[in-house]
Amino acid sequence: MKKLLNITLIILTLSAFSYASMSDDPLFSKVTIDELEYQDNDEQNIAWDSNLWIGYDLDKIYLYSEGEKPKNGTTESENQLVYSRAIAPYWDLQFGVGYDKTEEDSQTWGVVALQGLAPYFFETRGALLFGNGNIGLRLETEYEALLTQKLILSPSISADLYSKDNLSMGLGKGLSNITAGARLRYEIQREFAPYVGLEWSKNFGNTADISPLDEGYAVAGLRVWF
Amino acid sequence: MLINNSKIDRRTFVKGLVISSLVATSLLDAKESTPIIDSSSHLYGTVFSLVIGKTAVNLTGTPAVATTVNGQISGPTLHFNEGDTVTINVYNDLEVDSSIHWHGLILPPAMDGVPEISFEGIKPKESFTYTIALRQSGTYWYHSHSGFQEQSGVYGAIVIHPKEREPFTYDRDYVVTLSDWSDEKPESIYRKLKLMGDYYNFNQRTVGDFFSEVKENGLVNAFNSRKMWNEMSMSDRDLSDVTGYTYTYLMNGNNPATQFKALFRRGEKIRLRFINSSAMTFFDVRIPNLKMTIVSADGNNVHPVMVDEFRIGVAETYDVIVEPQNNEAYAIFAQSLDRSGYALGSLTTNPANLATAPAMDALPILSHTDMGMKMGGMQMNKGDKMDMQSDKKMAKNIPMKKKIPITPLPEARGVQTTMRAMNPQYRLNDPGVGLRNNGRKVLSYADLKSLDGVVDTTYPDREIILRLTGNMERYMWSINGIKYSDAEPLQFHYGERLRITYINDTMMNHPMHLHGMWSDLETGENQLVRKHTVIVQPGSKISMQVTVDAKGEWAYHCHLLYHMGGMFRKVVVS
Repeated sequence: MKKLLNITLIILTLSAFSYASMSDDPLFSKVTIDELEYQDNDEQNIAWDSNLWIGYDLDKIYLYSEGEKPKNGTTESENQLVYSRAIAPYWDLQFGVGYDKTEEDSQTWGVVALQGLAPYFFETRGALLFGNGNIGLRLETEYEALLTQKLILSPSISADLYSKDNLSMGLGKGLSNITAGARLRYEIQREFAPYVGLEWSKNFGNTADISPLDEGYAVAGLRVWF
Repeated sequence: MLINNSKIDRRTFVKGLVISSLVATSLLDAKESTPIIDSSSHLYGTVFSLVIGKTAVNLTGTPAVATTVNGQISGPTLHFNEGDTVTINVYNDLEVDSSIHWHGLILPPAMDGVPEISFEGIKPKESFTYTIALRQSGTYWYHSHSGFQEQSGVYGAIVIHPKEREPFTYDRDYVVTLSDWSDEKPESIYRKLKLMGDYYNFNQRTVGDFFSEVKENGLVNAFNSRKMWNEMSMSDRDLSDVTGYTYTYLMNGNNPATQFKALFRRGEKIRLRFINSSAMTFFDVRIPNLKMTIVSADGNNVHPVMVDEFRIGVAETYDVIVEPQNNEAYAIFAQSLDRSGYALGSLTTNPANLATAPAMDALPILSHTDMGMKMGGMQMNKGDKMDMQSDKKMAKNIPMKKKIPITPLPEARGVQTTMRAMNPQYRLNDPGVGLRNNGRKVLSYADLKSLDGVVDTTYPDREIILRLTGNMERYMWSINGIKYSDAEPLQFHYGERLRITYINDTMMNHPMHLHGMWSDLETGENQLVRKHTVIVQPGSKISMQVTVDAKGEWAYHCHLLYHMGGMFRKVVVS
């Protein structure tokens, strides 16, 4: 986490200079804390899902971080640092590295990802991860349904798959986990929205054998960007 | 009359903030000596002094800092006489480079005021002297061509009084400058647009809209009519990038509460010179209970046409004549295209008697037409159908006597562009989204025709096609899919008559402005109107002709301030 904070600070400092120039494509940065929430599950997690980028219209550096901290346990997280290049009007191709941390172990990955806006306005990201002879695929998509201009229902679903078992990382071969949720936020400002939601998370196959999980729970949190 | 604020240092400036907020509470009593908001400031003669500086203002109830000309929003109206040579000394009291561009004036390239093309710009605490021999008359305006200074207040009106008698008469003459003000810094607006293209759009489709369509047309039809938009990831509510969420719309520097007041006596004919000095806002202008006779467009007299309403694009000007018959207060009502707000003034016999604003019209919804799709059998939104008969007339290309050779230009497809108008049409009879069949007589370009003898009728030697392209999701704008910084200059040949056809591959109106030479817009068969700014409607096609009679380097761009960086070309005439 400390490293993340440091990188964030460096990036924000760098991007402060962007205001000086007035070209059509100045250097900008954006921090998005998409989810920062309390999960009313057995672990009583504090969970986050965030990213920040710095760059230009077509070229950006992205830092992704998501994870959770159980009330009585250690933090687990998945992090990626990628170079992102726009390859189509709505799509970015990304290359970089990933770093997963669990209670027992950690793993680094090579990452190739595709991120963008799929038809019907689905914000989508698919990442292929390579490391320790394992190949992972992490898919996620999210939709925003405007109930009013400020009250927004956002259903999302993500799925993780792996080519082989990795016990110490809690990953099993095949379909590993599906998490589906729906969050209802109220945008007090575009940049600031508290939300409540429901989420369901289930482990499958070998992953379920390592750590069985099948629970639905309520969440409450904040969505912030700047 | 001239307020020289060049001596204001930082400390007095901060003090000024306090003073101005006091002043602003009594905006209604604003006198000529008031350092801000002096909508009646006029300068005459052949030698002018302008100072670009920072001024504390309060246009919204919150103190803010504007960049101004002579401490005023709008800047002083400059009165020139056709045939005179005027000298204008411009001092830059900002901490950054500045400039003044004389919008619509025919002048030498070095006097055009575009940094990096016409000249170096005016450095901080330095001056530049413009010398312009006036070869034209009518209503024009000036504005900064540096950074985003135009958004924060560096603009004003130009009235060039003609040598010859005008083909119409009037008893009173008012300039009506429309603009969009935000307390936000323009750099912040631009950043928000880059981070989230629809940041300012609070009229987006909701789930409720879909359910009402299901109720009306059934699930399958409702789904199908959404299909194309959904598949292309486009929004039919994408009307304006920046809206009343952050903008306060001004008329001669007055907000709708303080109101610009144009006085008249019953029976008088009044000339109103409308100028759209906005950074980003198209206005739909009407004066309820009054017919307006359009007598001039972009400074050039036209065959008079009587209308209830007209749309004025950014940088356009229209002169109208009205003849109010009653002793009442008439509302000069200019609603923004996206209906998120309005500018308001009163045409009244008594300054204490102000008009109230009419209700704004319903939110316009973009149709398949605005996407440049085929019209036949297309389901259109209610109230958004076009006059089919006139459309048929205009649907075809304007007949040209013989084929004009087209000079191909480099074009890129890809990341820069999210849409391509598959079947762009000439839509000269189309007043535009939100104005179709609204029960009022609304001006369209087809109504505009220059008075005889004004426009060159030489047959075009060649043609170029400019596709106006963009990516709203990433907030990038370009021409032919290539943004300015990646583009070669356009080469125009001195002495040629050039036809330029625009195709708008976006969902937004773009006001295209060619510097240095007139844009003779084709508004019908053998019908041209002389303009300096041409609105290209979403998904449409429109052609203009240019007599290339000005050697040098010129700017050529979309006049929406936050589109300009990319949707821009340098023109080289040699």
